[in-house]
Amino acid sequence: MQSTHRSSRILLPVKLWFVYLSLFLALGLEYVPSGRVPGVPDWMALVLAIWCVREPLRIGMGVGFVFGLLVDVGQGAAMGQHALAYVVLAYLANAAARRVLWFPLLQQAVHLFPLFVLSQVLMLVVRLLAGAKFPGWWYFLSSLSSALLWAPLSFLLMLPQYQPVDRDDNRPI
Amino acid sequence: MPFVGHQPPPIFKRGPAPLARLFAFVAICLLLLVADLRFRYLEVVRHALSVVTYPLQMAAATPADFVGNASRYFATLIEVQRENAELRRQQLSSGERLLRFELLAQENAHLRGLLDMSRRVEVKSIAADILYNAPDPFARKVILDRGAQQGVEAGQAVVDAKGVVGQVTRVHPVQSEVTLLTDRNQSMPVMVVRNGVRGVLFGSGHGRLEMRFVLADADIREGDQLVTSGLDGVFVPGLPVANVVGVGRASDAFARIDCEPLAAIETSVQVLVIGRTTYPPPPPPPQDQLER
Repeated sequence: MQSTHRSSRILLPVKLWFVYLSLFLALGLEYVPSGRVPGVPDWMALVLAIWCVREPLRIGMGVGFVFGLLVDVGQGAAMGQHALAYVVLAYLANAAARRVLWFPLLQQAVHLFPLFVLSQVLMLVVRLLAGAKFPGWWYFLSSLSSALLWAPLSFLLMLPQYQPVDRDDNRPI
Repeated sequence: MPFVGHQPPPIFKRGPAPLARLFAFVAICLLLLVADLRFRYLEVVRHALSVVTYPLQMAAATPADFVGNASRYFATLIEVQRENAELRRQQLSSGERLLRFELLAQENAHLRGLLDMSRRVEVKSIAADILYNAPDPFARKVILDRGAQQGVEAGQAVVDAKGVVGQVTRVHPVQSEVTLLTDRNQSMPVMVVRNGVRGVLFGSGHGRLEMRFVLADADIREGDQLVTSGLDGVFVPGLPVANVVGVGRASDAFARIDCEPLAAIETSVQVLVIGRTTYPPPPPPPQDQLER
């Protein structure tokens, strides 16, 4: 696989344990008590979307559902709230994967931003129907920061795949 | 729709079509949501999953703890001395009231014994620290560092030095979740100290509280203090809750009563979990069943 479809560089195949490790790290970040600071990115949605776009055959709705439930339990949110949002996000990211990978990283982020907003809108609708109060427009800042982190985090998560096939002892990295 | 509708050709079999799987998952999620929000069936599942997530939660909370402790560590000596003096003064004044309280409690028990009335509710209390605000942006909840192992039970009241902060709504093994008074779904039976008018206090989602189901001609004034009435059989009666700050008597049958909480709900750090040691017997069946 290439870093984008236009690139001529061939990457190493991804290691599945690394994908799940990054998902669990994102779950941990999701649990960091940040209080009610607006604009904290939805780490789980971000990492899930990255892998759904990079590995649409392996990571999809099932993974989104399970990790969504874990986020729900940890955050004390309604059971199924994040699961619903992540399942829809994973479906759309899977479906968009073939298109999105033709673009450079920054334009990929523009493609993904509406998906993050949609997943937040789903959660908002679910909770408003259940009788919660509208938390204010700053709530959607989280999607924006997720989209801004798309490029750096994608690069970071692809780093293990950038290694050369043949190990060269004279090469510094 | 080239963006979302792309299907693989049938020679590459990959199980059910993505759209079908999406609908299946969404249906499961909706079922879960209804079962949890409407019927509260899923507390068992929640407990089971929290065993998995608990170590991660602890690991994630550590850096936040560290930052909080560091800021406390670097507080200046002068601040600590001032706080110490303030606490001594408070202890002196509350100590004097406590002495009188002991005397009154004995006198009360004696008089109740003479009158052959049932005893006042016995109270147990657990001191706890608020760890952090729950990250769910739709509700106003905080997490305490005491849980089922220390004897916290769902339904107990949580108070700070001035009044009720909220109610324990979910208990984990070593943590518990408190819904603050100001949460929109939180309600609490209260009465006016001055004359015993009863009502129910509801959160509004922002800082204020609202007392509902009080008749428009009821005797309630600005400045009245509200305490828990204990009529629900869950709360300990007599805990101070709020002050009335505005009474509106529109054409409606009920008065519109705005209240302000007494406790520092959003800022308190140390709290006390207060619960009954015994619960009252269940209420008798409705009258029409008895007559038959």
